[in-house]
Amino acid sequence: MSALVLVGTSHHAAPIELREKIALDLAGAGALAQRLADGGEAVCLSTCNRTELYLAAPNGDEAQRRASAALVELAGLDEAELVPVLYRLRDEAAALHLFRVAAGLDSLVPGEGEILGQVKDAFEAGAAGSLLDHLFRQALHVGKKVRTQTAIAESPASVPSAAAALAQHVFGDLAGRRVLVVGAGDMAESAARNLSGRGATIAWVANRTLERAQALAERFGAAAATLDELESRLVDADVVVSCTSAPGLVLDRAQLERVQRSRRGAPLFLVDLAVPRDLDPAINDLEGCYLYNVDDLQAVVVQTLAGRRQEAARAEGIVTVEADAFLDWQASLEVVPAIASLRAHAEEIRQGELARAEARLGRLSDEQRNVVEALTAQIVNKLLHLPTVRMKQAAAAADGVVYADAVRHLFGLGEEEQQQS
Amino acid sequence: MTELLFWPALIAYGEAAFAFLGETRRPGLGSRFGIWGIRVGWLVQTALLAAQAARAGGFPWQSWGGSLNLFVWLVVAVYLGWGCSPRFRLLGLGVAPLAAVLLGLAGATGGLDVHGPSHYSSVFLVLHVGLVLAAFAGFTVAAGLAGLYLWQERRLKRHDAAILSRPAPSLVALEALVARTILIALPLLTVGLGIGIARLRDQSARTDAVMIVAIVTWALYAGYLVARFELGWRGRRSAYLALAGFALVILVRLALPVAHFS
Repeated sequence: MSALVLVGTSHHAAPIELREKIALDLAGAGALAQRLADGGEAVCLSTCNRTELYLAAPNGDEAQRRASAALVELAGLDEAELVPVLYRLRDEAAALHLFRVAAGLDSLVPGEGEILGQVKDAFEAGAAGSLLDHLFRQALHVGKKVRTQTAIAESPASVPSAAAALAQHVFGDLAGRRVLVVGAGDMAESAARNLSGRGATIAWVANRTLERAQALAERFGAAAATLDELESRLVDADVVVSCTSAPGLVLDRAQLERVQRSRRGAPLFLVDLAVPRDLDPAINDLEGCYLYNVDDLQAVVVQTLAGRRQEAARAEGIVTVEADAFLDWQASLEVVPAIASLRAHAEEIRQGELARAEARLGRLSDEQRNVVEALTAQIVNKLLHLPTVRMKQAAAAADGVVYADAVRHLFGLGEEEQQQS
Repeated sequence: MTELLFWPALIAYGEAAFAFLGETRRPGLGSRFGIWGIRVGWLVQTALLAAQAARAGGFPWQSWGGSLNLFVWLVVAVYLGWGCSPRFRLLGLGVAPLAAVLLGLAGATGGLDVHGPSHYSSVFLVLHVGLVLAAFAGFTVAAGLAGLYLWQERRLKRHDAAILSRPAPSLVALEALVARTILIALPLLTVGLGIGIARLRDQSARTDAVMIVAIVTWALYAGYLVARFELGWRGRRSAYLALAGFALVILVRLALPVAHFS
C-alpha cells in the first residue's frame, strides 16, 4: 500500500526570504510534481504563504527524502539552511494538514477563500493517482463544507473590504449605487475595487491633478474630475471613498450640509482612508451621513477576525471528522485486493457451475438463461456482501491485514498462482 | 377545545421569544428555533381561531380580548410574510415576546370565550373590526421595523465595531419596508374606519374618544406617506413618525374596552 508523504514549509515556519526561494508559479509547480511523481503520485502546492509537496509512494521514507532534496535544490541553499524549517508529515497527519489548508484554517486570515482555488489548481496541475486524487477531492469538499457550514468566511478581513461591507449595511445591494473616489492612489483604488466587486458603479474619480484622476477613472470606466467639482458630484453619489495626501480637509461639514439639502435626505456613506484625514469628522453628525475613518474600519476588521477565530473552532471539528473518514478510506485499501480476489474467485465458481448446469439442462431460452444468471449472481452477491462490509470495517479498526490473510487462507485465494509460479 | 389550542400556541410563542433572546447572545441558532416557534404558534393559533369561528357560527372576536386574539394572529401573519428571511429575523425579537404577552392577555381577558350572536352583523364586524385590526397589525410591524432601523442607524453612527457580526437588513431596505407596510395598512384602516363611521351615521350614534384618536392615527399615517413620498422625508425623522403613529395605535387598543365597547 502507498504511503502519503508531505514535505513543505509555510509562513508559520519560514520567513519570506526563504519562502520566496522555493515559491513556484502554477506551471512550475505542475512540472515539479510530474518530475517527482516518477511513476507514482505527486502534487505541489505553492502559494505566497506556503510550498508543499504531497507524494504517494510505496516507500514513504524514500519519498520524503526525494521531496526534501527537491526543495533544497529549488531553494539553491545548503541543506542545513532549509531543512530546519521544513515540516514532514505522513498519512493521517498529512491529510489533516491538507484539509486544514483547504479550509483556510492554516492561513494568515482564517477562512480566506483564495486558498481553495489554489489547492484545486495545484491538484489539476499535479500528477495525482488514486490516493492523491481521493485526498485532494476530499480536501476541496472539506474546504467548501467548512465555508458553507460555518461563518468563517463571511466577514471582511481587510480595511477596504470592511468599508464595502459597511456600505452594504446602509444600502443593501450595491448594484447601481454610484461611488465617488477622491484621490488616485493605491488605497483608493483598492477600496474602489472592493466596492466594484460587490456591484457598485465607480462613477467618478476626483483628484488634485486631473491626469492621475483620468488614469484611474479609465480603469473603472468612470469620469474624471478635479477637487473643485466635488460638491456637484456629491449630489448624485451614494458612496464616497477619500484617500488623498492633502495636508488639510478636502470636505467639511458645511459643504456636506449644502449637499444633503439637495439630496433630499438620501443616505451617503463616506470612507476616509487618508492620514491626515480628508473628511471633517463632524460630517458624521449630519442626518443621513455615515462617515468611517481608518481607525473605525480597523476596529471592525479586528472584531470580525475575532469572529472568524471563533468559527475556526467549529471548522476544526469538521476537518477532524473528514480526516478520520479519509483514514478509514485509506485503511480500506489494505483489504481491497483480498476482496477483489474473493469476488473474482466466487465469480469463477459461479460461471463454471452455470456452464455445467446448462450442459445438464439442455437448451435454455434467453428468458430462462437470464433468470438463472440473475439468481446465481444474487446468491453470490448476498453471500459476499457481509464479509465485504466486515472486512472494510476491520480495516478501519486496523485489523484489516489479519482479516485479509484469513480470507485468503480460508478460500485458498492466490494459491493457484503460487502453484503455477 | 379552545383551551387545548390556546396553551400550545402560547408556549410556542413563548419559546420563540426566549430563542430570539438567545439570538442576541449567540447569532445563528436562536433565530432558527425562534422562527420555528413562531411558525408553529401561528399555525396552532389559526386552528384556535377557526375553532372559535366554527363554534360561534360567525365573527366571535368583537370583545376586547377576542379582538386582541385576532390582532396577535394578524401581527404574526404580517411578520411571517417576510420575517423568515435571515436578515429580518431579528425583528422576531420584538414580535415573539409581543405575541406571547398579548396572547396571554387575550386569554386572561376572555378572548377565548365564544359569545352568543352579536347585535352587529357578521359582515359589519368582519369589515370594521377585521380591517381595522389588520391595519393595526401592519402598523405594529412597521413600528418594529422603524425601531430596528433606529437601532441599526445608531450602530452605524456610533461606529459599533461588532456591526458586521450580526446579519441585519440594510437601512435603505428597512426604511422602504416601513413605508411599504404603512402604504398597505393605511387603505385597510381607511375602509375599516369608513364603514364604522357610515354605520355610526346610520344609527345616529355619537362619536366617542376612541374614534377621534383613530381618526388622528389615520391622519398621522397619511401625513407620514405624504412626507415620505412627496417631501422626501427619510431616515430618523420618518422612523420617529412611524413610532408616533404606533403610540396612537396602542392608545386606541387600550382605550377600546372603556370607550368603545361600553
